[in-house]
Amino acid sequence: MRRLNIGYFIKEGFLSIFSHGLMSFAAVCMIVACLIIMGSFSLLAVNVDGMLSQLEEENEFLAYIDETCTSDDVAQLMAQVRAMDNVASVSFITKQEAKAAYLEGHEGEGLYANMPDEVLRDRLSIHVVDLERFTETVEAVCALPGVANHRAENKVAEGFVTVRNAVTALATVLVAILAAVSLFIIANTIRLATFSRREEIAIMKMCGATDSFVRWPFIVEGLILGLMGALVAFFLQWGVYAAVGKAVTESGASALFTLIDFSLIWKGVLQVFLLSGAAIGAVGSGFAIRRFLQV
Amino acid sequence: MIRLIDVHKEYDNGTKALKGINLRIEDGEFVFLVGPSGSGKSTIVKLLTAEVIASQGRVIVNGYNLNNIRRWQIPHMRRTLGIIFQDFRLIEKKTVQGNLEFAMRTVGAGSREMRKRIPYVLDLVGLDDKADAYPNEMSGGEQQRVAIARALVNNPRMIIADEPTGNLDPGRSLEIMTLLERINAMGTTMLVVTHERDLVNRFSKRVVAIKDGEMIRDGQGGYYRA
Repeated sequence: MRRLNIGYFIKEGFLSIFSHGLMSFAAVCMIVACLIIMGSFSLLAVNVDGMLSQLEEENEFLAYIDETCTSDDVAQLMAQVRAMDNVASVSFITKQEAKAAYLEGHEGEGLYANMPDEVLRDRLSIHVVDLERFTETVEAVCALPGVANHRAENKVAEGFVTVRNAVTALATVLVAILAAVSLFIIANTIRLATFSRREEIAIMKMCGATDSFVRWPFIVEGLILGLMGALVAFFLQWGVYAAVGKAVTESGASALFTLIDFSLIWKGVLQVFLLSGAAIGAVGSGFAIRRFLQV
Repeated sequence: MIRLIDVHKEYDNGTKALKGINLRIEDGEFVFLVGPSGSGKSTIVKLLTAEVIASQGRVIVNGYNLNNIRRWQIPHMRRTLGIIFQDFRLIEKKTVQGNLEFAMRTVGAGSREMRKRIPYVLDLVGLDDKADAYPNEMSGGEQQRVAIARALVNNPRMIIADEPTGNLDPGRSLEIMTLLERINAMGTTMLVVTHERDLVNRFSKRVVAIKDGEMIRDGQGGYYRA
C-alpha cells in the first residue's frame, strides 16, 4: 500500500461516515448494543470467577502427623510437602493449638474443658494452588512417611471445579454466539450502507481500481465506527455496572457477594471493548463489501 | 487491439447472446458496433471489460487474454481502457474535478499528476470552466463530456463507448460523436456501440453490425440499415 493511499483511505473513511450519517449512526448503535450485551455477560463471568477464587483460597486440607515423629521429622515432612508443585502454603499446627481452636468452636460446652492435649494430633494445614488437582495432591501428601491420616473435603473442591468450569464454558459459548451475531448484524448494517454506494464501487472497478483499493476505505470506516461504538458502549457499561453495584448494596445482598470494583477492571474492559469494536467494525465492513466487488 | 475469435456466450439462464463472433480491431481504429436491442452488443462490451467470460472462443484485449485472465490482472487490463456509459455514471456528490480526481486516484495517481492532467482533459472536452460544477447542475451533453473526460483522464489505449448518445438529443449526439472522432484522431482506439443509424451514417467509419448474436456486416463506411 502506497503512503499516498493510506492518507486517502483514512480521509475517505472519515468522509463517508459523515456523508452517510444515518447509516453510520445505525451501525454505531448496533455496535453499542452488541458490546453492552457481550460486556455484561463477560463482567458477570468475571465476578463469578472472582467469587469462586475467593472461596477457593479458603479451601485447605489437614494432614495429621504420626505421634512417633520427632521435630526434625516434622520439619522434613513440611519441606517435602512445600516442594510439591500444587501446594500453595503449609503451616504446622500443634495439638495444643488444635485443641484451643476446637474449644473455641464449642464455647460454653463444659464437656470438653478437661480434654487432654493427647486426644488430638499435631497437623499440617495445606492450601492447594489448583483445585482440579486437589484429590491428587491429597493422595501424594498422604503417601509421605509421617502422615498418619488426613481430612479433606474432596466433594466441596470438586463442586467448586464443576461450578467454575460450567460458568467459564457458559460464558465462552454465550460470548462467542453474541460475537458471531454482532458480526452478522453489523455486516448487514454496513451492507445496507454500502448498497447505496454500489454505483460508486462499480465506477471505481471500471476505472481499474483493485479490490483492496475499493475495500480499504470501507474497512477504515468500519474501524472508526467500531471504535466510536466501543467508547460509547464503555461509558454506558460503566453506568450499568455502577447501577447494579448500587442495587446489590441497597438490597443487602452484599453480605453474600460483592461486585469487583470497576476502578480495578476499567482498563481491561476498555481495551477489550476497543479491540472488539474495531475488529467487529473492520471485519464486518470487509464482509459487507465483498459482494459488491464482483464487478 | 481487440481480437474476438469464434466467440460464443451463453448465459446461465440459457440465453445464447453471441454465436461465433470473429472481430479484429487494430490500434488507432474507429469502429461502430451497431445492431438492434438484444442483438448482443452489450454482451460484447461486457466481454471486453471482463465483466463476463466467453463460453467458447478467445477474447484478447490490449494484450490480455481474457479467457484465462487472473482476477488480480483485471484492474490492470481495465486501466488500458476508458469506458463511457449511456447514463454517464457520474458521482453526483462530487464536482467535475472531483469525479476526475476519483478516477485518477483509483489507479494510484498523485496530486501533481492530477493538477497537470485534469485541466488538459477538461480543455479537450470543452469544459475547462466547469471544473467546480456538480453533475446535476449540467446538461446531459455536458455530463457526457465529463464522462468522456473521465474515460480519457488515465490516458487509456482504447475507449469503449456504450451507447454514449442514447440519452441525448440529435444536436448534442452529433457534438459528442465529433468529440470522440477528434480523440480518435489523437491516437486513441475507439469502439462506439450504438443503435443510432442516422448518426453512424454521418461518419465514414468502419461499421460492424450484429444481429441475434451473429455478425452480419463488417465494412468501412457505407450506409447502415438497422
